[in-house]
Amino acid sequence: MAAPISACPACDAAHIAEDTAGKGYRGNGQEAQRIMLSLPTAYCAACIVGVEGSLQQLPGVRSARVNLTLKRATIEADHDVEPQELADFLTSIGYEAYELDPGVLSTTATEKSSRDLLMRMGVAGFGMMNVMLLSVAVWAGATDATRDLFHWVSAAISLPIVAFSGQPFFKSAFTSLRARRLNMDVPISLALILASSISIYETANSGHHAYFDAAIMLTFFLLAGRYLDHRTRAVARSAAEELAALEVPRAHRVLADGKEEVVSVNEIAVGDLVRVVPGARVPVDGMVEEGESEVDRSLLTGESLPVFAGPGEMLSAGEVNLTGPLLIRVAAAGKDTSLHRMADLVAMAETSRNRYTSLADQAAKLYSPLVHVLALSAFLAWLWISAGDVRLSINIAVATLIITCPCALGLAVPAVTTAVSGKMFRQGMLLKSATATERLAQVDHVVFDKTGTLTEGKPRLDNYGDHTPEDLAVALALAQGSSHPLAQAIVNAAQDEGIRAARVSDAKEVPGHGIEAIWSGQTVRLGRAEWLGAKGIDRTATYLKIGKRPAVAFTFTDNLREGAAEAVASLKKQGMKVTLISGDAPAAVQDVAFRLGIEDYRASMLPDDKVAAVEAFRAEGRHVLMVGDGLNDTAALAAAHVSISPATALEATRVVSDIVLLGRSLEPIGGSVALSRSATKRIRENFGISAGYNLIAVPIALVGLATPLAAALAMSLSSITVSLNALRLKGTP
Amino acid sequence: MNVLVYLIPISILLGGFGLAAFFWTLKTQQYDDPEGDAHRILRDEWDDAPPKD
Repeated sequence: MAAPISACPACDAAHIAEDTAGKGYRGNGQEAQRIMLSLPTAYCAACIVGVEGSLQQLPGVRSARVNLTLKRATIEADHDVEPQELADFLTSIGYEAYELDPGVLSTTATEKSSRDLLMRMGVAGFGMMNVMLLSVAVWAGATDATRDLFHWVSAAISLPIVAFSGQPFFKSAFTSLRARRLNMDVPISLALILASSISIYETANSGHHAYFDAAIMLTFFLLAGRYLDHRTRAVARSAAEELAALEVPRAHRVLADGKEEVVSVNEIAVGDLVRVVPGARVPVDGMVEEGESEVDRSLLTGESLPVFAGPGEMLSAGEVNLTGPLLIRVAAAGKDTSLHRMADLVAMAETSRNRYTSLADQAAKLYSPLVHVLALSAFLAWLWISAGDVRLSINIAVATLIITCPCALGLAVPAVTTAVSGKMFRQGMLLKSATATERLAQVDHVVFDKTGTLTEGKPRLDNYGDHTPEDLAVALALAQGSSHPLAQAIVNAAQDEGIRAARVSDAKEVPGHGIEAIWSGQTVRLGRAEWLGAKGIDRTATYLKIGKRPAVAFTFTDNLREGAAEAVASLKKQGMKVTLISGDAPAAVQDVAFRLGIEDYRASMLPDDKVAAVEAFRAEGRHVLMVGDGLNDTAALAAAHVSISPATALEATRVVSDIVLLGRSLEPIGGSVALSRSATKRIRENFGISAGYNLIAVPIALVGLATPLAAALAMSLSSITVSLNALRLKGTP
Repeated sequence: MNVLVYLIPISILLGGFGLAAFFWTLKTQQYDDPEGDAHRILRDEWDDAPPKD
C-alpha cells in the first residue's frame, strides 16, 4: 500500500482505525449483545489481526477484541447475530473457535480481586521507594532532629499504606485465629503491627532505630508473592471454566403437537420426549421410544464397538448417537442423570489431593510456631539480661520477628508455581490443582486408559489387503452414504488406495443395522453381523454380504492418539512402570498395548476394577499417575495420586483430574514429569535458601545486633535469590 | 538542611505522579492481556512508523 507521506502519521493511523473498526456495524441503534468465543489455537500477532479483522467484516458485528493471555475473543454484536455462526465462521477460516456461555464465566470476580491485589502492591511499592529514600539517609548517618524528621515522614507514609496494603494478610490471619489455627499470615500480621507500633514509640522517643522501611518492604514482597499466586490460579480457573462452558447443554424437545423446540437440559422434565439426531450426544437418561440406531458408549464404558439401540433400549446421558434419529422418553434429566450422579459420587469421595499436604503447608506448620517461640524467648531472655528494660527487649523481639519473616518463604512457592504453570500452559497442559506439580513429581507408575486416551476413538480399516477389489468397490459405494464412523473409515481407506466406487442403486441406510443397496441385480448389505446372518468375530468389525455369497468381515483398529507412542516411550525411559487398563475387549486392548510396547495390560475392566487396580498399586507404595478420559475412569482418576485427562473428556471427568491436556497430543505428558520434578526441587532449594538466611540472621537478631539496615538487606537479598532460583526451572518438553 | 522542607514534599509528589500513572494503567485494563499487548505493538496496522515506498 503506497500511503501518501503525511506530516502527522498518527492522524492517519487514527483515520485508518476509524475506517476499519466496526465495518460490519449496521448502525441500527439497537443495544449490543456480548458474545464470548474461546480460541484455543490463537498464539500470535497474526491471529489477533486475522480474527479481529475478519470478524469486523461480518454484518452485525460492532467490535471484536482478542485477549491472547486468556485465548478468548469478546465481541459486541447486534442481537440477531448467532454466536455459533461466528464460531463456525472463524473455524472455517482457520482459527478454531468455540462458543462460550458468558453466564458460566465469572471472570469479573477473579479479575476484580486480581486487580485489587495489584493495586495494593502498587501502593506498597510507591511507599517502599519513598521510605527507602528516607531510610538511606538515616543509615548514612543522619542524626538528631534530621533523623527524627525523617522517621516522622516515614511514619506518615508507611502507616496508612501498611494499613491499606496489608489488609489481605490481616483478614486471613484474623479468620485463621478465629478458627484457632496458625497460618503464615499470623506471624506476618504480628510482625507488621508490632514493627509499626514499636517504630512509632521509638520515633516519639527519638530512638535510633525505626522499622518503617522493613514493615512496608515486607508488605510489598509478600503481596508480590500473593499476586503471582493469584494470577496463576486465575488463569487456570478461567481456562477450566472455559472448558465447562464449552458444553452448552441443549436438547430437542418434541411437543405434543409434533413440533420441536430447542431447550436447555435444565428445563427437561421426566416423561418428556426428546429427539436425538445422528452425531449428537444423548442429553438425558431415557428409553428409546422410536427409531433404531447405534450408539457409541466409549466415553462411558471404554467399549470401542458401537452398540445397537432400538425401541425399549435404555440410553444414558453422554452416549453418542451414530446413525438414525432416536426419540427418547426421558427417565432422568439434568442433575438426576446417571452421568451427574456418578460425578457427584466422585466429588464426595475422598480424593488424593485431600490427603496431600503441600510443601508450603508443611513449611508453614513448622515455621509459624517456631517464629513465635523465638521472638517470645528473645523478649523474655533480654528482659532478664537487661534487668527489666522492656523497650530494649521489645526492640529485639521485633527485630527477630522481622528478620525471620517469610519474605522468601512467601515467594518461594508462588514464584516456582507461576513459572511451572506458565511453562506447562505453553505446552498445552492446564494445571487445575495447586499441588499437582508436587504430586506429579513423585509419580513412579503411570496408568493409561485406552479408548479416547491412548487412541483417538476413530477406527481405521486394518485388513484392507484381504479383500478383492470388487468387494472393496461395493463396500465403498455402500459406505459413502453413511456418516457412521466405521463406514467413514472404509471410505477413507478405499479412497487412499484409489478404489472407484461400484455403481449401486436404491441405496438406503437402515439405522442401527447398516446400509442396503442393489448391485448388478443382487442385494448387497454392509452392516452388523446379526443383520446379515453372519457370525460375528471378536473384533471391531463390520460385514459385507453380496447376494448369496458368505459375508466378509472388515476389521478395524483404533488410531493411536498423536504423541501416544512418544509419551509412553519417554515415561518408560524415565524408569516408570506403565500399565494399560481398559474396559474394552481383550483383543483390542492387546493390539494397542503391542503397538505401544506396554507389557502390563488388562482388559474388560469395570470402573470398580480400575479403582481396585489403582488402590493395589498404591498399597505397594507406588505413586500412580492416572491418565483417562472416560466416565468409567473417573473414580480411578480420583483414587490416583495425580491425574490427567484430555480436553475431549466429559466435564465430570475433567473435574476430578488435576491436569487437563488442552491440545490433541499426549506428548507433553512425558516431559511434564521431569518439569515438575525440577519445579519441586526448586521449591525445596528455595526453602533451603530461606532457612540458610534465617540461620545467619536469627542469631544476629537474638544477640541484639540486627539494625533496620540488616533487616532490609536480609529481606531483599533472600527474596531476590529465591525469585531468580525459580526462574532456573528446567525440563525439556 | 532547610532544603529538606521542600525537597521531601517534591520527592513524594513525584512518586505520587508515578502512583497516579499506575492507577490509570490499572483502570484502563492494561494488565488484562499482557501477552496480547506484546504482540499488538508489532502489527502493521496502527503503526506510526514512516510509510515505506
